[in-house]
Amino acid sequence: MNEPIVEARNVSKTLGTGAAKVKALKHIDLSLEGGKLTVLMGPSGSGKTTLLSVLGCMLAPSEGTVRICGSSTDGASRERLAKIRRDHIGFVFQSFHLFPTLTAAENIRLALDVRGERGARARTRAREVLTRVGLPHKIKAFPRDLSGGEQQRVAIGRAIVAEPSVILADEPTAALDGENGQAVMGILSAIAKEQNRAVLVVTHDTRLIGFADRILRIEDGALQPEEPNRSNVYQIRSSA
Amino acid sequence: MSLVFTLASRNLFQDRLRFVATLIGIVFSVVLVMVQMGLYFGFGRMVTTMIDHAPADLWIVAKGAKSFEDLSLLDMQTRDKVLTINGVAGVTPVVIGFADWRLPEGSMTPVFVVGSDLKDDGLKPWHLVAGSLQALTPPGAVAVDRTYFDRLGVSGVGSTAEIRGHQVKVAAVTDGIRSFTTTPYVFTNLDYAGAYIGLPANKVSHFLVRLKPGADLDHVRQEIQSAVSGVQVLTPDQFKQKSRNYWLFGTGAGMALFAGALLGVIVGTVIVAQTLYSSTKDHLYEFATLRAIGCSNRYIYTVIILQALLNAVIGFLLAAIIGFAVVEFTARSALPIVISNDLMFGLFGLTVVMCIASALVAITRVVRTDPVMVMSR
Repeated sequence: MNEPIVEARNVSKTLGTGAAKVKALKHIDLSLEGGKLTVLMGPSGSGKTTLLSVLGCMLAPSEGTVRICGSSTDGASRERLAKIRRDHIGFVFQSFHLFPTLTAAENIRLALDVRGERGARARTRAREVLTRVGLPHKIKAFPRDLSGGEQQRVAIGRAIVAEPSVILADEPTAALDGENGQAVMGILSAIAKEQNRAVLVVTHDTRLIGFADRILRIEDGALQPEEPNRSNVYQIRSSA
Repeated sequence: MSLVFTLASRNLFQDRLRFVATLIGIVFSVVLVMVQMGLYFGFGRMVTTMIDHAPADLWIVAKGAKSFEDLSLLDMQTRDKVLTINGVAGVTPVVIGFADWRLPEGSMTPVFVVGSDLKDDGLKPWHLVAGSLQALTPPGAVAVDRTYFDRLGVSGVGSTAEIRGHQVKVAAVTDGIRSFTTTPYVFTNLDYAGAYIGLPANKVSHFLVRLKPGADLDHVRQEIQSAVSGVQVLTPDQFKQKSRNYWLFGTGAGMALFAGALLGVIVGTVIVAQTLYSSTKDHLYEFATLRAIGCSNRYIYTVIILQALLNAVIGFLLAAIIGFAVVEFTARSALPIVISNDLMFGLFGLTVVMCIASALVAITRVVRTDPVMVMSR
């Protein structure tokens, strides 16, 4: 069995203060292993994005511990958390969050640049990743010249270029049509399997369940008992 | 090359209107500081122009005299006393004072008469463009600057006028000897200057002392100071400093110029800070994204500081062009603006510091940015 890349133990998170105080996560226990695409589903306000933020070291848990590739985030400073994100995590956001003044290749290269990886090697790597996400002809295109689907592929390229151990994707298909959504999920699924990454996708979209190796449901901040993914079970049975 | 520069420059140039507004702010600020400091140095140079051009190793001036233009008087006999001091090669009297210059058509204008030994080592006019020093020997011969021709009602060598009822004739013309008081200088022979300004025969304004080769300046200075009472014995540098202090700070003119420069720095800092802050705010999601993908604080600060530096360099270059145009424009004015290389370097440093200080406001904003904000949009 693979060692977990992301581990959350008894994680709770309280947001707000005073009367506005809300317990967004309640005693979450979760492990993510390499080679699997996990889908996290739940209604609006159930705590999906909060959980993703805590696992992504952007929010500190109020209780419990989070370990990324063996490193605990307990008491870590903002800079230390940034280093953990830089070294181990790739993010894909709902609104892409590409830099409008940078080209597609530069947007991807940015993830290497912040790690101090520059020069010809970084440029070559960015080109390879653009090819990997199916946009080899868009190297010099700016985000304004790309469709939503293309922008999200560039965002995925930025998330994977530095070869992080875990990819966290927040509603990556929400701003896309069905065809582009399927394509993006296809890429994420392939990344999980081919490169042995842990991929966690937060989504509302039940059409994407077919890509999941594992489905997690969250309601009122608590993870529900896990069910096997029927479509995946079907795939496994078929291949057997 | 790092993408930091690409990101900083493109962020900066993306909103052209804001970029232009920032540049206008920087240019306005730098030109204002440049002009104020240029005036300060120009003024400082003008108030010492006579001292600069006098062939003196030491100056003897009346006790309490604060500048070359001080009208305190010394006894002529002092000269004989000083000449007896070992190491003194020569002592030349200088007389100065205001007088009324009557134009040929009858109107009057004040002039500042400078009288000295024009044959020997006195304070002679320089930058002669017409006539000669020898021509100033006869009674009534004077040298004036051509920039004052209209004021003095003369047209060049040979023109005549009257000072205090004495007929004078322009025998030499200078170029660029302008007075910061706007009163024209009139150079003449020591023998006649006293009459033009109504000075008693045995009185002079200052003495120029020349030392023998190898004489110890400090020693001779102390000897003169001990031998003669009621005088100050100053090196040219000391006298220049005294004059500058008096005219620039004693009168408040220098402080006014510094206050103007300070105002320029404040205006520039506020404008750059405001525009950088608003630019950073517009790109806040990008900075939050940078933080989310694990960017170090240093990387983000570098982006913002590079933007500030780009503003500084481009703004300074534009300001320097305008500054040189202003220098050229005022070169022949009553108070030329002087911009030395040192001043230019200093101003560039000031511009950089101003822009980086402005960036701190934007940096403070980014430091407070929570990367989790990118998850909510």
